[in-house]
Amino acid sequence: MTPTPDQSLDDQPARRPLRLELRGIRKAYPAVVANDGVDLAVAPGEIHAVVGENGAGKSTLMKIIYGMVRPDAGEMLWEGREAEVRSPVDAQRLGIGMVFQHFALFETLTVAENIALATPGRPAIADLAPRIAELATRYGLPVDPMRRVHSMSVGERQRVEIIRALLQSPRLLIMDEPTSVLTPQAVRRLFETLRQLAAEGCSILYISHKLDEIRELCERATILRGGKVVGICDPRAETPASLARAMIGAELPGFRDAAARSPGAMRLTVTNLSKPADGPFGTALGGISLGVRAGEILGIAGVSGNGQKELLAALSGEARSADATTVAIDGAPAGHLAPAARRRLGLAYVPEDRQGQGAIPVLTLSENALLTAARQGLTRHGLVQFGKLRAYAERCISSFDVRCGGPDAAAGSLSGGNLQKFIVGREVLQEPGVLVVAQPTWGVDVGAAVAIRQALIDRAAAGAAVLVVSEELDELFEIADRIAVIAGGRLSPAYPARLVDRDAIGLAMTGTFPPVPGDAAPVPHPPTPEAAHAAAP
Amino acid sequence: MPLRLERRPQPSTAMVYAAPLIAVGATVIVALVIFAAAGHAPLDALVMFVTGPVQDRYGVGEWLLKATPLILIAVGLTVGFRAGVWNVGAEGQLILGVIASGWLALKFGPGGSPLLLPAMIVAGGLAGAAWAAIPALLRTRFNANEILVSLMFNYVAQLWLSWLVFGMWRDPAGFNFPQSEPLAPAALYPIILEDTRLNIGLWIALAAVLAGWVLLSRSYIGFQLKVTGLSDAAARYAGFSTRRAVWLGMLAGGLTAGIAGVGEIAGPLGQIFPTASPGYGYAAIIVAFLGRLHPIGIVFSGLLLSLLYLSGDTAQMSLGLPSSITGLFQGMMLFFLLAADVLIFYRIRRRPAAAPAAAPVASATIAEAAP
Repeated sequence: MTPTPDQSLDDQPARRPLRLELRGIRKAYPAVVANDGVDLAVAPGEIHAVVGENGAGKSTLMKIIYGMVRPDAGEMLWEGREAEVRSPVDAQRLGIGMVFQHFALFETLTVAENIALATPGRPAIADLAPRIAELATRYGLPVDPMRRVHSMSVGERQRVEIIRALLQSPRLLIMDEPTSVLTPQAVRRLFETLRQLAAEGCSILYISHKLDEIRELCERATILRGGKVVGICDPRAETPASLARAMIGAELPGFRDAAARSPGAMRLTVTNLSKPADGPFGTALGGISLGVRAGEILGIAGVSGNGQKELLAALSGEARSADATTVAIDGAPAGHLAPAARRRLGLAYVPEDRQGQGAIPVLTLSENALLTAARQGLTRHGLVQFGKLRAYAERCISSFDVRCGGPDAAAGSLSGGNLQKFIVGREVLQEPGVLVVAQPTWGVDVGAAVAIRQALIDRAAAGAAVLVVSEELDELFEIADRIAVIAGGRLSPAYPARLVDRDAIGLAMTGTFPPVPGDAAPVPHPPTPEAAHAAAP
Repeated sequence: MPLRLERRPQPSTAMVYAAPLIAVGATVIVALVIFAAAGHAPLDALVMFVTGPVQDRYGVGEWLLKATPLILIAVGLTVGFRAGVWNVGAEGQLILGVIASGWLALKFGPGGSPLLLPAMIVAGGLAGAAWAAIPALLRTRFNANEILVSLMFNYVAQLWLSWLVFGMWRDPAGFNFPQSEPLAPAALYPIILEDTRLNIGLWIALAAVLAGWVLLSRSYIGFQLKVTGLSDAAARYAGFSTRRAVWLGMLAGGLTAGIAGVGEIAGPLGQIFPTASPGYGYAAIIVAFLGRLHPIGIVFSGLLLSLLYLSGDTAQMSLGLPSSITGLFQGMMLFFLLAADVLIFYRIRRRPAAAPAAAPVASATIAEAAP
């Protein structure tokens, strides 16, 4: 589909010259070939998606374009001419801007100061502020240049990053997984901004693995798999299933029908849990109450940094409460208990951070199993029963289809998805009465994500109370019976997942909690676009 | 051409164990160069250096005798090192063992009770542990760095011992030399090899090796210590107490160092000097790392370092080199070991013409978004 190098020189004058063209880009890291002969063509004013699973090589490719990584082979053409981008400064000079997935802003500085720091020539704040304000109005990115970053929501921070990139008048803007931290409403507004930019002739490279967004926004998509281009298509003409098939190279496994679950006794309750923020950048928890019944999955949605970390620490016992009654496991007050004591009451916990918290990369899988599963008869008289430990790790590996070199393989040698399957397996095999899971499929490939969600559903079906904290709304709608939203350290009521839509959840993410839809009123309180707009951070 | 270190995808397990041998090999090569520079036939000097001290039964006895405190202390320190608790105060803890057991020996020695020796061992161990408890307490209560505190307390202990030996413990019949009266026979370790000074301290050290092996390699507590050393977050998640790791690590090191102190005055010294230890508390740190923080490895590295101590004397007598060459070789061995360890986990790559540093913000992002 892309012209071969020989043709392109003759072809180019006939057509509009491409804004950016990559030919045969290759980049190998010690353990993996991240890009292997990648071609990419982006026309002026085009919104072009680069899609692929985690580890498909999307981010490496973008870093090569932005001059942060030097390719081993291949060439890059900018507006028809060969260009060598040795650093982000070179890239910016050409007219390439990039908005990163993880923001690099100084929290204690103001917006204008942050932008001044990253702008060549170090302009005076006084000159910069009106330009920021102008861009902000033109593209619908309301931001106060004099506000300090630590007081801003993630969505606002992203606006700062976008404005920072726009100040350089880019002709190509790279957006790396921009929506992973945004509310649905904020996503819609971001899309408006991007469409406006594209209409003005700026090309946009949009990196994502969210297929719905790509189908909504992008005109063309380059699909990467294992570092290679496996297809170029018009995503609007594809179905999510066909895109997913191209991305993972196989049919997407479906869910087994879980046995009909009927909620039973209350197994986990949180009652009026409040905690002051630890440090200026932490989130205070304000009067959180929730309950999860046997056989039920409660999802907690919300934009990261709204108190999830603090709530999880209070649930797991890493942060203890003076008042024992704030957390109860199977009716037993546990708020004052340490993690090990809560495990004895039947709690299991899968933390968000796999490498270093949920598992230790340099230890073997067996040793990692011992991290939380010691009570499964794996120790005796204070001594580790190595035979039983190995058997437990093997059971975990086979039951959850963990692809690895066996129980003696280092945890760090596993892919993110396989390690997560192992960790979830380690917790689930302990048959916990209460299972708390943070970001179960964050950074996990599609196939493993299905397996992990299935494991959670099965655990609930077996009578456990499951609480899932996730930033992926789709995931929560897929598995949760009820969804609550955490915003600014407060928790919304739990909405039955079948009775709410994304808009209501999105509205709750802004801190305005709509009432729980009753059986009588079908879908009350549909938030108007204006209301959502006004309430969005 | 700028060089950089790049993380290896899969560090070699074999090299983890080969690294001490490589470090010893590299030290030998440097030793050969030093011998040659000093005007000796390098190989002959090396053979002399290594085998000189152990040519007779007495030499072998001395070799094991000096290895005893090194092994004993290193096993105790390893309990802490595995948990990331850096007790570098073993020297001071050893001296506290000397002070406590020395006091008992001077006071009750003439009585000749058979309980004296066990009491000295217990008191010495407890005193060392108590000395180590100070940095442990400061660390767990105020998060004070245990490296600095334990190191500083070495000097305090040393001055305390000097004050005692120069003062109230000075032997009235000792011609004013700073030394105590000779200890009574009841306060001395029994000899286990005739015609040598080798004593039951060796059995104590080997018992510590066995206990250390069970604790570190077989027990759940040992696993918890290891996890604590590797990752704070994982230890908190699993519910392993960091405080307990600090206490266990510090106390184990203090206990063994204190008992090693007893072994010095009840063994080869037979009386109390201000310099009760020729730096065993520091050398044991090298022994622990050279032995890969593993009790069995520590036996070998303890024997090696002990031989180095003896060879220093040989070097002085037979080769005309200063005995401080022992410290030189000790330091070099640790240096080469650490270098080898770096190369186990990283490899050196030449960087093609380096990209100029980007704006600070951008480079922060590079670090954050590494693949």
